[in-house]
Amino acid sequence: MADTDSRPVAAAPPGAGARPDFEIFPVKGIPIAAAVVVGLIIAISSNSLWALTFFHVAGGGLWTSIDLFVGLIIGPILGRLSIPARVEFSTKFMPKMLLLMPTLVAMTLGGGFQLARHEGNLAADYPHHAWLVASFIIVGIMAVIALGLLEPANLAVLFELKKPQPNGARIGRLMKVFIYTSGITGLLQVATILIMTFLASR
Amino acid sequence: MSGHEVGPDEIDLRQAELPPVTNLAIVTLALLVSGGVYLAAQLNRSTSLVVPGILVGAAVLCLLANVVMLTRLKEFAWGSFFLVGKWALLGYVVIAGVLEFVFVYDHTPARELSLFTVMLVVFAVNVPLLLAYSVARYQPVSPRN
Repeated sequence: MADTDSRPVAAAPPGAGARPDFEIFPVKGIPIAAAVVVGLIIAISSNSLWALTFFHVAGGGLWTSIDLFVGLIIGPILGRLSIPARVEFSTKFMPKMLLLMPTLVAMTLGGGFQLARHEGNLAADYPHHAWLVASFIIVGIMAVIALGLLEPANLAVLFELKKPQPNGARIGRLMKVFIYTSGITGLLQVATILIMTFLASR
Repeated sequence: MSGHEVGPDEIDLRQAELPPVTNLAIVTLALLVSGGVYLAAQLNRSTSLVVPGILVGAAVLCLLANVVMLTRLKEFAWGSFFLVGKWALLGYVVIAGVLEFVFVYDHTPARELSLFTVMLVVFAVNVPLLLAYSVARYQPVSPRN
């Protein structure tokens, strides 16, 4: 991406359009995320098999798809766009990711842990316990990558874009971290799905 | 990419002088996750808590070391740090609260529950600290009040 281009983004070529103003955190989306969290708590406290399966499968499917789509489709396209186009895309896309992804992760992991508990899969005598532990390890690696690298890069890009003269090179470097880590977590998610579908079919 | 090069700016040059808060926060996270995975894998078994206890203890030490390094920073974008930190803290306290609710609701044994609780507290402080630092390190320096 733009790691060789350190010009300020505001110094884009004439006619490229002004840097759009934007909201770092999409406040309008908070009620939706809050409703999902409340629904998750209700699913956990009611131990409803359908609700737990829904939160786990729907959340996991969306989490995986979005990560793969961002890492493997959006990322390469973004890398070939002009800086103003990248900036305009990022100002609209990144705030939504900031709210969407943690919500999907909470849905998937919260629902999944309780589902495993409900179904007795966490018990030591569960015949495929080792596979479940393998999925824990993969999810753990994903959590470290997502919380340690991906989310900080996402936030740092948004704050850089808010500056009167954002640094194009810095945004490029941070977006690279964001896109690569999205792709890696997406691929790790595929491994988790392989294990989960194997366990569900036993 | 074309365009006139302006080279690294003042903020880029300052990066080398900053302490390794990000790296240590990632290590803290990795220790917590390792402890959590170990505990979850051994749930409902009467196993020793020495290994997860050591992992959590190491995570607490790393977090404390990070806080000390941060307090020693004289010139830093503290306004941005606290702005991001307080909102992230709110978000992660909610996430940690939901997880704690799950463990309590599921009647997790007291020894395991207390270790999970320490992990969640460290998690709820460490991630906001990492997010706040990751933003503030690229912001213009502001004097500490």
